[in-house]
Amino acid sequence: MEYKLTFKAYNEALKQNKLLGLKCQDCGAITAPPKIACSKCTSNNLEITQLKGSGTIKTFTTVNVTSEGREGEVPYTIVMVGLDEGPWLMGNIEIDPQKATMDIIGKRVKMLQSKVFPGDKYSAGDGARPLFGFEA
Amino acid sequence: MRKVAVVGVAQTKFSGSQEKTEVELFAEAATEAIQASSLKPKDIQAAFVGNVLGDFSEGQGTVQAFAVENIGCFNIPTNRYEGACASASMAVRDAFMWVASGFYDIVLAGGVERAATMGTALATRTFAMFSDSRYEFPAGITFPGVFAMLAHLYAAKYNIPIKKLKEQMAIVSVQSYKYGMHNPRAHLRKEVKVEDVLKSFMVATPLQLHDCCPFSDGAAAVILAPEDVAKKLTNKPVYIIGAGQASSGPLVSQGDYLPRIKARELSSKRAYDMAGVGPEDIDLCELHDCFSIASILAAEGMGFFEFGKAGEAWEKGEAAIGGKVAINPSGGLKSKGHPIGATGAGQVYEIVKQLRGEVEPGRLVEGAKIGMTDTLGGDATTVVNMILRKGW
Repeated sequence: MEYKLTFKAYNEALKQNKLLGLKCQDCGAITAPPKIACSKCTSNNLEITQLKGSGTIKTFTTVNVTSEGREGEVPYTIVMVGLDEGPWLMGNIEIDPQKATMDIIGKRVKMLQSKVFPGDKYSAGDGARPLFGFEA
Repeated sequence: MRKVAVVGVAQTKFSGSQEKTEVELFAEAATEAIQASSLKPKDIQAAFVGNVLGDFSEGQGTVQAFAVENIGCFNIPTNRYEGACASASMAVRDAFMWVASGFYDIVLAGGVERAATMGTALATRTFAMFSDSRYEFPAGITFPGVFAMLAHLYAAKYNIPIKKLKEQMAIVSVQSYKYGMHNPRAHLRKEVKVEDVLKSFMVATPLQLHDCCPFSDGAAAVILAPEDVAKKLTNKPVYIIGAGQASSGPLVSQGDYLPRIKARELSSKRAYDMAGVGPEDIDLCELHDCFSIASILAAEGMGFFEFGKAGEAWEKGEAAIGGKVAINPSGGLKSKGHPIGATGAGQVYEIVKQLRGEVEPGRLVEGAKIGMTDTLGGDATTVVNMILRKGW
């Protein structure tokens, strides 16, 4: 049983600013982040698909206290975005912390590019995530 | 399935960074629980131990094996449980199942942690491991960040102005501190007012310092036995009448169901169904207030208050001693503390002491007959609920 879209492949694609997910060949649902089973019907009959990267902000937070080794990044704003294809993803948005208020919930965003966390001694390598920006 | 009772219980004082090792802390709690049960180490047939981060905090793995040898329970089978903050509850629930099934008669369950000893930077890094390391940590998720996002989502979903929700959250914290003042085993014992909460440092918007529970060191242990054995050891057996557990995937996978916590709704239903009771029958509940918003989510998820209305319930005193259901009379994770591998066992300790009338008057829930525990691990990936009933 082959894992169709591993984190390694997802990560390499995202570093090239390509956001990948999986389309279920049985029920049509999109699964993202990638899994071995369809998130809706559990079928393993999945094909890799490219996602548009656009959606709406479901929620957010601006972080002031962070993990050991990432202190240089604060403050930063995390968003959970409900993609147009259905799934939610976690990423960041570059925004003045003063402007990161409840008003941004529901706003449409698009992935501008990815941003890479270089990894630390606990992480088994680096990890990219989407950097979102407001749609005009 | 046999009826299973909690016999002896013990808890160390939960605290900030201190110098006893995890094995030492657990040994103290376990030995006290064994003695309180009128038993000896040789009577214990198996041990179920919660411990999440001993590898990081002390460079100590397999703490359960070292602990049982230390206390004199030589060569017994012993398991370590890791369900983030729900670890000790997982341990107690599992212990309950083994005794209920008839396989064991007398077992030890509990947990230990030295979360405070790690210091904030490493503790924050290791607690972030309870989120998805591949698909969430790169964005800089922290454990407060998880609940901060749930707080904003809650405000949006139920159309509560964030300023109002923050006041309701502050009231939750203030109540916890108030009861903690009467608990000599509590980590943070101080009088805190709503204004203090709202002036405190902003950790991750909208959560401020006093919305957050502390990192704590501590241990707790309980002895379980079937009804006939328990009645010979104590005249105040407390029966575990319901135990539920459920899991979920990472926060992003829970999507549209949020801010409702699916794992808790399933876990508490499983506990209620097994116990044959409902939320209206619960006199007191030690629930998972890792953050003030978490109390609101928990109380709603367990069915004590309507979705979107728990904040109002706290405002009206319905979640206080003397209200509809007494929430966290121990001071909760907020004030009593949160040594994550031990917390669930600390909740069982509290319920048992309350039902036995063995707590300080300033926080006693008079006449309580049925109590409930609630622990949530990580991204709401693990939830365990247990229901306990006075057995005399």
